[in-house]
Amino acid sequence: MIGVINDKCDFCGTCVAVCPFDAIDLYEARIAINQRCTDCMLCVWICPVETLALIDEQGKMTPRAAAEFTA
Amino acid sequence: MQSDYDVIVVGAGPGGSWAAKTAAEKGAQVLLLEKDREVGVPVRCGEAIGTASLRAVCEPEPLPRGIANGISGAVLVAPNGREVVLDWGQEVGAILDRKVFDYELSLMAAAQGVEIRTKAYVYDVIRNGANGNGSISGVRVQHLGKNYDVRAKIVIGADGIESRVGRFAGLRTFTKLKDMESCMQVTLANVTNIDRRYIYLLFGREVAPGGYLWIFPKSETVANVGIGISGEYARHKSAQRYLQEFIDRRFPKAAAVYTVVGGVTCAPTLEKIVADGVMLVGDAAHQINPMSGGGIVTAMLAGKIAGRVAAAAIARDDFSSQSLEPYAQEWHAAQGKNHERLYKIKQAVYKFTDDELNRTAEAVLAKKPEERTLINVFKAALIRHPSLIFDVLKVFMS
Ligand SMILES: Cc1cc2nc3c(=O)[nH]c(=O)nc-3n(C[C@H](O)[C@H](O)[C@H](O)COP(=O)(O)OP(=O)(O)OC[C@H]3O[C@@H](n4cnc5c(N)ncnc54)[C@H](O)[C@@H]3O)c2cc1C
Ligand code: SF4
Ligand code: SF4
Repeated sequence: MIGVINDKCDFCGTCVAVCPFDAIDLYEARIAINQRCTDCMLCVWICPVETLALIDEQGKMTPRAAAEFTA
Repeated sequence: MQSDYDVIVVGAGPGGSWAAKTAAEKGAQVLLLEKDREVGVPVRCGEAIGTASLRAVCEPEPLPRGIANGISGAVLVAPNGREVVLDWGQEVGAILDRKVFDYELSLMAAAQGVEIRTKAYVYDVIRNGANGNGSISGVRVQHLGKNYDVRAKIVIGADGIESRVGRFAGLRTFTKLKDMESCMQVTLANVTNIDRRYIYLLFGREVAPGGYLWIFPKSETVANVGIGISGEYARHKSAQRYLQEFIDRRFPKAAAVYTVVGGVTCAPTLEKIVADGVMLVGDAAHQINPMSGGGIVTAMLAGKIAGRVAAAAIARDDFSSQSLEPYAQEWHAAQGKNHERLYKIKQAVYKFTDDELNRTAEAVLAKKPEERTLINVFKAALIRHPSLIFDVLKVFMS
């Protein structure tokens, strides 16, 4: 699951542009990940201000570079 | 807001305003929708433009208001700190105040009779046909707490990097990670030791891998300081960290008065930028110069062509993709082809090691000052890539 640290987000849309599954909804000042997400990590890597993170079942956050590169 | 228009333009950036203005000028009834509360805000941009190309795309109108500072040269900084100064001896560029500039463009569109709504978020499109998968015939918009269905013969998606109009229309619009520059910028006050006539571009693996760091002066003491790094590198270390390290080092005393985050698609234009009843313009169509990352003037150019083609299609009463295709062709001839060449050059240059960049700087510095031109910088850089020199020449000739 991709988690959003909402107060860091600038709502710039960069993550939306790289998401291959159209899994991010962006409003004027709100962002939400929808059920089309496949945890591919691209949005996590591209976010200029580290707003997004992969969260596992135990609620643990994966550091951005640690996950395997799949692009 | 009526329930029916000839053209709906989604997004009031430079591309959207210019498309709306042009279509209205040529007789179409146009609605321009912007999701934010104000046109021009937030600014997600370094605000640098080339004056000649801006003037050309504005013609016959005069240059809009919103020019903060004239630029007559560039300082290219190699990884080892060596500076190559390219001085054109006259003003060839400018740093804008996009807050003012974008707003002015929207007023120029309004003056042609374009209806504009802000706080108007387009969340879907209306499709023809019983099963809802036919061609597009309008948009669904959320405006001040209410949802509206508004019909149009043509929908122009000028909705920026996060473009969804293209996706709604079934066009493949997403950007590959390596082609996306992950960017951050702060407008700094109290900057010292910069010459306001010059823009500064800094290169190197430690500074900005797969991109560059920029200082664009808006006055003697205020400058946009920003960075773009390729997505390939961003996954190891974010743009924010690179930029913070640079600012701590170079401008520790400066005050940050505006912070922007964003992305720049540095890729060739999307393969398909029209569909039945739909056109994409600007960042939404990947019409940014893939070498420089500049997309203001190119968005306006595309908007101008799209607006004209849309109005002609309305006059013919044919909104099929075939009828809108001249937009794609004209764009390709005007800039799209150039962007393909620039993309090839970018791919080579952004792979350079720091050594290669340092060597390029030395090669240019060995030339007489009057021979230190941008074309000679490219020639020096691509000395080991002779096939690309041809592309450089083509780009500079057009
Ligand atoms: C950090 C950074 C620095 C840059 N520096 C430069 C530079 O120095 N020079 C240069 O030329 N270019 C620069 N660019 C690129 C430039 O900003 C863009 O190419 C340019 O703004 C593109 O214009 P546009 O009209 O296509 O889109 P935008 O200006 O992005 O406008 C799109 C508009 O659509 C609206 N919108 C989006 N979705 C919806 C929706 N669903 N409903 C309603 N409205 C919607 C948005 O709110 C926005 O106002 C930079 C970009 C970044 C991120
Ligand atoms: S890229 Fe980051 S800052 Fe921009 S909208 Fe996505 S999560 Fe927010
Ligand atoms: S992890 Fe991949 S699929 Fe999920 S939102 Fe991010 S980019 Fe889209």
